[in-house]
Amino acid sequence: MVRALSLLGLLLLWMVAARLTDDPQVLPGPFALLTPFAAEIRSGALPYHLLHTLVRVAWAFALAMSIGMALGLAMGLFPALDRWLDPWLVVFLNLPALVLIVLCYLWIGLNETAAIAAVTLNKIPNVTTIIREGARALDPGLRAMAQVFRMPRRTYLRHVILPQLAPYTTGAARSGIAVIWKIVLVVEFLGRSNGIGFQIHLYFQLFDVAHVLVYALSFIAVMLAVEWLFLQPWERRVRRWRLA
Amino acid sequence: MIRVDVRAKDYDGVPVLRDVRFDVARGETVALLGPSGIGKSTLLRLIAGIDTDFEGHVEAPEAMAIVFQEPTLLLWRSVLDNILLVHPRLPRDEALATLGKVGLRGKETQFPTQLSLGQQRRLSLARAFAGKPELLIMDEPFVSLDAAMADEMLGLAEALIAETRPATIFVTHAEPEAARLATRHLVLGGRPATLQP
Repeated sequence: MVRALSLLGLLLLWMVAARLTDDPQVLPGPFALLTPFAAEIRSGALPYHLLHTLVRVAWAFALAMSIGMALGLAMGLFPALDRWLDPWLVVFLNLPALVLIVLCYLWIGLNETAAIAAVTLNKIPNVTTIIREGARALDPGLRAMAQVFRMPRRTYLRHVILPQLAPYTTGAARSGIAVIWKIVLVVEFLGRSNGIGFQIHLYFQLFDVAHVLVYALSFIAVMLAVEWLFLQPWERRVRRWRLA
Repeated sequence: MIRVDVRAKDYDGVPVLRDVRFDVARGETVALLGPSGIGKSTLLRLIAGIDTDFEGHVEAPEAMAIVFQEPTLLLWRSVLDNILLVHPRLPRDEALATLGKVGLRGKETQFPTQLSLGQQRRLSLARAFAGKPELLIMDEPFVSLDAAMADEMLGLAEALIAETRPATIFVTHAEPEAARLATRHLVLGGRPATLQP
């Protein structure tokens, strides 16, 4: 209820701002977006570009989460490795996203691999940092228990380590997906010929604010759906023992 | 036969244990006594293979089980899974039967967070005995329980030990517990700790 009212408030604020601006070229009202939105759907342009961006987000998310989790876990469990890799982590954490994107395009070329690599490399340090904290907080008592009972490694990883990391994994995933799609848009803006970022670049050059908003809001809607349909149910599932 | 020969165990250069040697036969229950902080839990960790940084040698079987002071359960897995994940080859029926022995039949689908502390301790006992261990290690398993519950847990442990007959080494501060459960007492004392005659 509060969320719906809050969103309604945002919509009202937008409508008032559009009325005060009184220039649809600068800020069209929310209902003025319906016509360009329908046209983009009918022409197939919106689904086409949306799909390309989604595929990039999915690839970068999967790669960043897998590599970041493995690195974070290893660094959290092995202090010697942490001492070696921590300076690298600090460097990559503080490297501006734009620099990594430009370097990937320069070194790999203006292609899909470079685009996904740039986004993945931007997100890995963040996931690694969060998971490392989780690995440092693992219960030593459970480790001792698993050791004495000779628990198989895979069982230990799946049923002892990963559930303890669940709050950290969820945090990394939720912040990750939000950051990744924004970086994907920059990557598309700078060097791809399709995707939401490319379309925003195109309509920026045409100074068409309505189309910029249509593409941006459509993707936000899709990402909200991902949050509600996948991330939140998954979080509820891994937390169900706490609520029992 | 369990053979313990710990020549030296230090923590950050501080000697903790010296020349601790003893054997425990199958079916024997040894109570390890001594003042707090003397190194009893440290010795258990060496025997269990949790800590391998010491001078000496421990001969222990593969089939080993441990009961900690805290239940140390997988809170995110069901009561039954807490047994089956630790003993993957154990048939489900046997796991359920073990739960029955500690009075947890009917609770198998619940999470440990839904159990009382006493029930969690019983689950911890069931997990230890389910695999029919040849060596059972218990680190103050009945500490911080009220008298009635401690008595109930002692009775359970007694029955399960009599049925399974492992070599048992357990740490306790309570002489009555040692008298009731143990067939032999070992006392650690001194700095660094050694076995007292």
